[in-house]
Amino acid sequence: MADVLATERAALKETGGITDGSIAVGVRPSTPRSPADVRPERLRSADPDAFVLPTGREEEWRFTPIDRVRPLLDAAPSAAHLSVDSEVPPGAELLELPAGSVDVPLPVDRLAALALARAGDALVVRVPKGAELDAPVVLRLTGTGTGEVVWGHVVLDIAEQARATVVLEHAGSAHYAACVSVLIGDGAQLQLVQVQDWAPDTLHVAHVASRLGRDARLLSTQVSLGGDLVRITETVDFDGPGGDVELRGVSFADGGQHLEHRLLVDHSAPHCRSRVTYKSALQGDEAHTVWVGDVLIRAAAEGTDTYELNRNLLLTPEARADSVPNLEIETGEIAGAGHASATGRFDDEQLFYLRARGIPADDARRMVVRGFFAEVIESLGVPALEERLMALIEDELGRAFA
Amino acid sequence: MTVPTAGATLEIRDLHVSVETDGADKEILTGVDLTIRPGETHAIMGPNGSGKSTLAYAVAGHPKYTVTAGTVTLDGEDVLAMSIDERARAGLFLAMQYPVEVPGVSVSNFLRSAATAIRGEAPKLRLWVKEQKEAMSRLEMDPGFSERSVNEGFSGGEKKRHEILQLELLRPKVAILDETDSGLDVDALRVVSEGVNRVRAGGTTGVVLITHYTRILNYISPDFVHVFVKGRIAESGGPELADELEAHGYAKYGVDALTPAGGRGLPTSPVLPGVVAPA
Ligand SMILES: Nc1ncnc2c1ncn2[C@@H]1O[C@H](COP(=O)(O)OP(=O)(O)O)[C@@H](O)[C@H]1O
Ligand SMILES: [Mg+2]
Repeated sequence: MADVLATERAALKETGGITDGSIAVGVRPSTPRSPADVRPERLRSADPDAFVLPTGREEEWRFTPIDRVRPLLDAAPSAAHLSVDSEVPPGAELLELPAGSVDVPLPVDRLAALALARAGDALVVRVPKGAELDAPVVLRLTGTGTGEVVWGHVVLDIAEQARATVVLEHAGSAHYAACVSVLIGDGAQLQLVQVQDWAPDTLHVAHVASRLGRDARLLSTQVSLGGDLVRITETVDFDGPGGDVELRGVSFADGGQHLEHRLLVDHSAPHCRSRVTYKSALQGDEAHTVWVGDVLIRAAAEGTDTYELNRNLLLTPEARADSVPNLEIETGEIAGAGHASATGRFDDEQLFYLRARGIPADDARRMVVRGFFAEVIESLGVPALEERLMALIEDELGRAFA
Repeated sequence: MTVPTAGATLEIRDLHVSVETDGADKEILTGVDLTIRPGETHAIMGPNGSGKSTLAYAVAGHPKYTVTAGTVTLDGEDVLAMSIDERARAGLFLAMQYPVEVPGVSVSNFLRSAATAIRGEAPKLRLWVKEQKEAMSRLEMDPGFSERSVNEGFSGGEKKRHEILQLELLRPKVAILDETDSGLDVDALRVVSEGVNRVRAGGTTGVVLITHYTRILNYISPDFVHVFVKGRIAESGGPELADELEAHGYAKYGVDALTPAGGRGLPTSPVLPGVVAPA
């Protein structure tokens, strides 16, 4: 992974990159320089009413088609659930615990707060102190219809020095608003893979809130393929120094789909490292992806090392990818900070090279897109999962180049 | 292991080619005539910017180059009417001066896809693995190479070996090698030349060796040498013509002394995996 980033970085440098967004050094978030730089207040609260009802004009909602999330925003409490199918290897436990019995990071928006308030019991994966799982924990959450909104709360509680891989797979039809609380204790390591393989009518809005202890590690991969609208906000908080987080994502948006990933990495502790690599391919009319990568390096976070990268590949001209990296740096004492974002079409030179070896045009395009995603997927290090995810991407490609 | 190929004759007649630069069409090739018969090796030598790569790309069908006049046929078939991949499947091969990076696509996947396309069926896996392994070891390439992404992070020498590896595995009817020798140290030059000579030993492949220096001609002896100047062939002869160029440069063709290598050729390809900036 490290050298993938290095190559990409070199590539972007060479081509000048195409960078949107801003780097603000020594500027406090409350000191906007222009309207575009007004950062969200980053209000965190468990009280849904602490957040205004979104209209679509707010910074954090401006890319989201509000009409399409209305069914969630306007919904009443419900007891509807997703069906849960699980694989829990020895050493891990799956529990249902009443709301409020686990201390979790606070919601970032109204829907997340509503989900936390209305979910009832949380579905908790617990890996005890020092445990090293030799197989992944798999939770398959399947929606059975869009009649009622499902409010969900999933907790991944990885205690000190434990090591685990957790796969959270979403499928079926649902109107689903959720909080996923990810608690990683001191020195613990979690590899988390979340797959959105929803049916075409699904709405999925979630807040994935991670909190890392001292020297903890999180490797998170989001794979968003299905659904009508998916909007996932990932936040990372560091509870102590030495934390290390890699956030990766791949999205493949078809015609009409809205796939949105918003990240906020809050470097409040010294000597933490964060790497973000998100890629999306878009195909068809009104295919829309959004990537917003906010990284905040607070005054106390000396020695921070951060880099984020977003790449979008437009397979057809009518698709639209929004990409907004933001880096705010409140201390000069950092090890490194940067971001890059590029959105473009197929590279004619790559297609020419493959075709000049006899490979037909459509196969060549397929190879390029597969390669584009393979860089993220094939670094998971869980071969069976890599294969399955690549197979899902093949399906998407099959549709794209049918 | 040699896949027998019947040869074919490549005929280029009065070829004129333009590229679009800054919105205007610029004519680069101004009437090229060249015939490559099965088993023949032709060296094309010329100063930087004379249009050698343009000739290679135009024959291979690169979309940036527009043929404004002339014909290219392979055994009488109209090459210019074929798509890029059809040309390759018809038996044309271009070893590029600047091979392109294709991130996330492994060398082994790429080679097998290419072999499948060119041969018309997927080679049997067991035989293929052996064939690829042997070809790589002849070119003194590390086996781990096949798991790397195509051309990504390859050294100059690795890129050229990889091009010749493809040449050996795909066994084209006509191979155009564009400055395969440039940037190679003596060892790599020997290894790469031996690869080309193995293909020539098959007796049917026509080879067009585009080069800047006579150095590679010590390893690969051409049947014909052509001097390429200002978008066309200025003079043709036997191997002795190369010696003459070595001694006197291009002065008699109205060009300054043998200019050093490093011609721009294609604008170095954007290496952003799969992505270029929107126009
Ligand atoms: N893709 C291109 N776009 C613009 N100009 C080009 C392109 N390819 C070649 N040229 C121009 O055409 C001329 C011949 O280039 P080239 O064929 O690369 O020469 P050579 O290979 O003999 O060095 C040069 O002036 C070069 O700048
Ligand atoms: Mg050239």
